[in-house]
Amino acid sequence: MRKPRTKPAAASKYQPVRPFTEEEFSRVRRVLGQKVLFVQGDAAVSYGALLAGCRFFAGYPITPATETSEILSQLLPRVGGVCIQMEDEIASVGAIIGASRAGAKSMTATSGPGFSLMQENIGYAAMTETPCVIVDVQRSGPSTGQPTEGAQGDIMQAKWGSHGDYELIALSPSTVQECLDLTIDAFNLSEIYSVPVILLTDGIIGHMREKVVLPEFEEVELVWRKAPTRPKDEFQPFFDDGSKIPETATFGTGYHTYITGLTHSDTGYPATDSQPEHHRLVSRLCAKIRDNRDKIIKVQKDYQDGAEENTIGIVSYGVTSRSVNSAVKLLRREGLNIDHLRIITNWPFPEKEVAELAGRAGRIVIPELNLGQVYHSVREAAAGQCDIVPMWKTGGEMHTPDEIIRVVKGNG
Amino acid sequence: MKVFRKAKHIREKYLEENMWPSIFCQACGIGTVLSCALRAIDKVGLDLDKTVFVSGIGCSSRLPGYIDADGLHTTHGRAITFATGVKLANPELDIIVFTGDGDLAGIGGNHFIHAARRNIDMTVICVNNYNYGMTGSQLSPTTPVGGIATTSPYGNIESPFDLSALAIGAGAPYVARWTTIYPHETMMAIKKGIEKKGFAFIEILTPCPVGYGRRNKLKQGKDYLLWFKQNSIARSRFEKLSEEEKRDCRKVVIGGLQDVEKPEFTSEWSRLVDKHFVE
Repeated sequence: MRKPRTKPAAASKYQPVRPFTEEEFSRVRRVLGQKVLFVQGDAAVSYGALLAGCRFFAGYPITPATETSEILSQLLPRVGGVCIQMEDEIASVGAIIGASRAGAKSMTATSGPGFSLMQENIGYAAMTETPCVIVDVQRSGPSTGQPTEGAQGDIMQAKWGSHGDYELIALSPSTVQECLDLTIDAFNLSEIYSVPVILLTDGIIGHMREKVVLPEFEEVELVWRKAPTRPKDEFQPFFDDGSKIPETATFGTGYHTYITGLTHSDTGYPATDSQPEHHRLVSRLCAKIRDNRDKIIKVQKDYQDGAEENTIGIVSYGVTSRSVNSAVKLLRREGLNIDHLRIITNWPFPEKEVAELAGRAGRIVIPELNLGQVYHSVREAAAGQCDIVPMWKTGGEMHTPDEIIRVVKGNG
Repeated sequence: MKVFRKAKHIREKYLEENMWPSIFCQACGIGTVLSCALRAIDKVGLDLDKTVFVSGIGCSSRLPGYIDADGLHTTHGRAITFATGVKLANPELDIIVFTGDGDLAGIGGNHFIHAARRNIDMTVICVNNYNYGMTGSQLSPTTPVGGIATTSPYGNIESPFDLSALAIGAGAPYVARWTTIYPHETMMAIKKGIEKKGFAFIEILTPCPVGYGRRNKLKQGKDYLLWFKQNSIARSRFEKLSEEEKRDCRKVVIGGLQDVEKPEFTSEWSRLVDKHFVE
């Protein structure tokens, strides 16, 4: 009665789901060659993914994110993984969610128009608590906009893009090295909190070449999702053991889990007509991120000691931080008191950190490559403690340090 | 008695007891499809620990919930994309996709043809009931010309999709079409589909008396079965018709429609990896 057809030979190296040991890590290092590289942001993201244990990539070509697909299509077979070009971005997210449920660390990469298409399935990943990483190499929108130009226009969409109430994590690198480091962080966070994580790079960093130093095995912490601790007949895929983060049973391991985007009870089966069940589920999905915000949120504070009344705060994130760093140096040389808060974790939003800065500074300048996105969150967190001065720029060019200096000095 | 023993065996071995009663309407054919699928699985001897049932949205897409195995109930039209991810991440798993005409050929048409083209090893079972049943019997891509749906109140003027022809055109190596009046043949077709190393597509014309039927003089389950019987022709008989008769034939051809060997994606990828793997 056994199935008569042939399966892939067990000896095949094609095994996207395999224990990630030091041997696997050093294989990636061997494949990547030298320890110090001079590469684009899109490449650094690919390398970070491989080092984090990602063995499944599905994507659809879109400028300025295609390099990630190209590089991973070359490298994933060399480490036993899969890279598939899907028919669209909707399919790409579907495939990475399916792969994740089968036990693989999985990722896709896209840009604005593709990111818009992905939103429904990102909501599905949030609802079903499926770990996965989505890289959005932001470009000028709306619509087709400026395909080859960078922007920071998808910050709000990253959080609010799918319908209903949910929380996810979004990270903004500002250097090519950080593209690699934060990709590893993104995988870890998605595995710890069973949540989709968005990496918000942009067309500028994505295509910019910088020095990247690859980490050693001992230098990186790699996390894997919580495996079931209960016996198969007692296991419930969405049971909250108090941590608010359920254990994940991989497909094919005999746990017989049912995963649905419908409102479900702890058993995983639909409970669509229950108000308390829905409220409990959605509240937990949000609380598992909100309650752990201190562990999740990363910012970089470049504050001057002994804040005075005339301190000016600057909040930046992503590629914009690079111009701000130069501006801060020049402004301090002129004797101005500048506190620079660089946001690394865009979502959950670092409200406490911004509120603290608002308490120190007379006003906060916030340069962004959009027409006001993080500005709103900053204003909300500052809660009227100080003035918020937006600096909005679109069209694919960064703020120059000079432009920032003029606004900080009040001559903008 | 043997029939009852078999039914009991299937029920006890494969069904998820917590999910009953089902959501399906009176005289709905989806239960027959589930029964055929489970009997086929039993015949093949699939290990349920290593089988994943994937579905999209709609009546037929609720089927994985009734089976005691891993199930992935995904977004509307996207089941095949999720199934692709599961299969490629762990090629040792067997994948069975349950879908409907709207889910598969309406919102999910693009994924359907591309998975067939790639020839990824999975069995796609499509419940074709000519309408969007769950949302209240709207026009679907397979509603016949003149068919009354809640969004075609004056009769459908669009040409319907021939799903099996679409699958063959897209490159699926195994395609069969049956109706629920032939449960044994349907079951055997699903069995062959599961055994096929590659993308197998089984289209099953299924009654929807409460949705499509009552608007189209097919209110009773038995009317439907008669309608299927009168409007379908076995492939073997169809092929014996003269060219002229074939041209004028307005019946749906049922039976095994395609069965060829083609390179399958995961086997090819396995070869590719073994060639480029860095030790």
